[in-house]
Amino acid sequence: MYSEKVMDHFMNPRNVGEIEDADGVGQVGNAKCGDIMKMYLKIENNVIVDVKFRTFGCGAAIATSSIATEMIKGKTVEEALKLTNKSVVEALDGLPPAKLHCSILAEEAVVAAIEDYKRRHGHEIEDAQQCPGCCGKCGSSRDE
Amino acid sequence: MNKNIIYVDHAATTYVKPEVFEEMRPYFTDLFGNPSSIYSLGRESKKAIENARSQIAYCLGVHPTEIYFTGSGTEADNWAIKGAAYANRKKGKHLITSSIEHHAVLHCFQFLEKEGFEVTYLPVNEEGLINPDDLAKAIRPDTTLISIMFANNEIGTIQPIKELAAIAKEKGVIFHTDAVQAMGNIDIKAKDLNIDLLSMSAHKFYGPKGVGALYIRKGVRIDNFVHGGAQERNKRAGTENVAGVVGMAAALKLAYENLEEYNRHLRKLSDRFINSVMERIPYVRLNGNREKRLPGNVNLSFRFVEGESLLLMLDMKGIQASSGSACTSGSLDPSHVLLAIGLSHEIAHGSLRISFGERNTEEEVDYIVDNLVEIVGKLRQMSPLYEDFIKKGGQ
Repeated sequence: MYSEKVMDHFMNPRNVGEIEDADGVGQVGNAKCGDIMKMYLKIENNVIVDVKFRTFGCGAAIATSSIATEMIKGKTVEEALKLTNKSVVEALDGLPPAKLHCSILAEEAVVAAIEDYKRRHGHEIEDAQQCPGCCGKCGSSRDE
Repeated sequence: MNKNIIYVDHAATTYVKPEVFEEMRPYFTDLFGNPSSIYSLGRESKKAIENARSQIAYCLGVHPTEIYFTGSGTEADNWAIKGAAYANRKKGKHLITSSIEHHAVLHCFQFLEKEGFEVTYLPVNEEGLINPDDLAKAIRPDTTLISIMFANNEIGTIQPIKELAAIAKEKGVIFHTDAVQAMGNIDIKAKDLNIDLLSMSAHKFYGPKGVGALYIRKGVRIDNFVHGGAQERNKRAGTENVAGVVGMAAALKLAYENLEEYNRHLRKLSDRFINSVMERIPYVRLNGNREKRLPGNVNLSFRFVEGESLLLMLDMKGIQASSGSACTSGSLDPSHVLLAIGLSHEIAHGSLRISFGERNTEEEVDYIVDNLVEIVGKLRQMSPLYEDFIKKGGQ
């Protein structure tokens, strides 16, 4: 059901762990839904120089977190904010329809971590989407 | 079986025992006659079916004319529940079941609710057991059917069926039990237990897939479900699955002959597994009752990890297990059974079901535990829930 790329990132996840003196930390999802992603960013001169994650969730949740960290590492904050769930899915050679919400969570985890960074550094926070839990809007509502 | 695969999902399905397959074989290639045909080839098939019926009836302690073959356990459940509800709807429209039934039962009742029936779903305690007093209190003058599973497919809990059926009998209500998981594990004598309707499925006890049976006690009237020809004494139409029926009877006969030894073997493996996991992995709970459970069933919840990740990593090590019911693996909801016994969503998401079978060995148990220690450790290191837990001092 999963692509080889997903299985690779699931079995050998990149950038697992935490950054103790992180500049931004974001956590999205909730345990009720079965997915929580937490992302740590180290940012220097507006560039993401290090990123780590911890994820509670299914294979797709772990794989999307892993690839998202790879995709934003070395990028500027503005570039990282352009990461879309679609590009995460493409980079993984696709996800089963029931697992697409995991890619949205990954996008939201990046946004949440950058928002935290901006807040800490006195930047204005733009309107950004954030997952407060299962709203059902990402097409993966589990309350059906 | 592939040497590199350790199969511990016998509650999902079993392989067909070679000796069972040998008994089935002639009915595919040589003795292929339609049992309804009157020439010798047809009569041969008819004879095979009636022999199978007698064998199954003997195991259950009932009369052969009380056994009806179906295409699956699910069909037997559908027939029993809808058939009994509709046949008695003039008498009443209240039905009783439990909150931890298999979907083959649960979804029948949900369908009947849409058809105007009223259903009471009995709760279970934290071990998945139904309190007989709850059943007695739920029965009303217009109650026509009670359906309680013999043993649960996810957590293995065995219900006090004798007590429950006795209550039903006293109140004159039809009692159905979904014995799909229990058959082949427990010496079920339907008549002695006052069961009116009982469903079974061959592929759970080393028989073939695609064949089941419904026991209908003499005198119990239920509506037909599959309409057509005159097969199964006009009660279940469709040309019989002769090889399947032969295989089911052969498998059940073997199961009843080896019941004690099989139970001992499975219990030994389960105990070794449970004790070893509890000793080596912290923050684990055993779901279900330690004693009143199917001998090969182990259902554990590992805190801070998610079940699908666990299954995928076990699969990479050749270990084939399940998280909750195999039927629910397509959905993302945690199992209704684990929620019904009071687990939080978070804990329910981290469940693992291991169901041992005849060919499993103690070496395999040890191999699974060794890998579980490593995998659960790895997933916890990745889990933000575990991180929070440790930072809060492990409270």
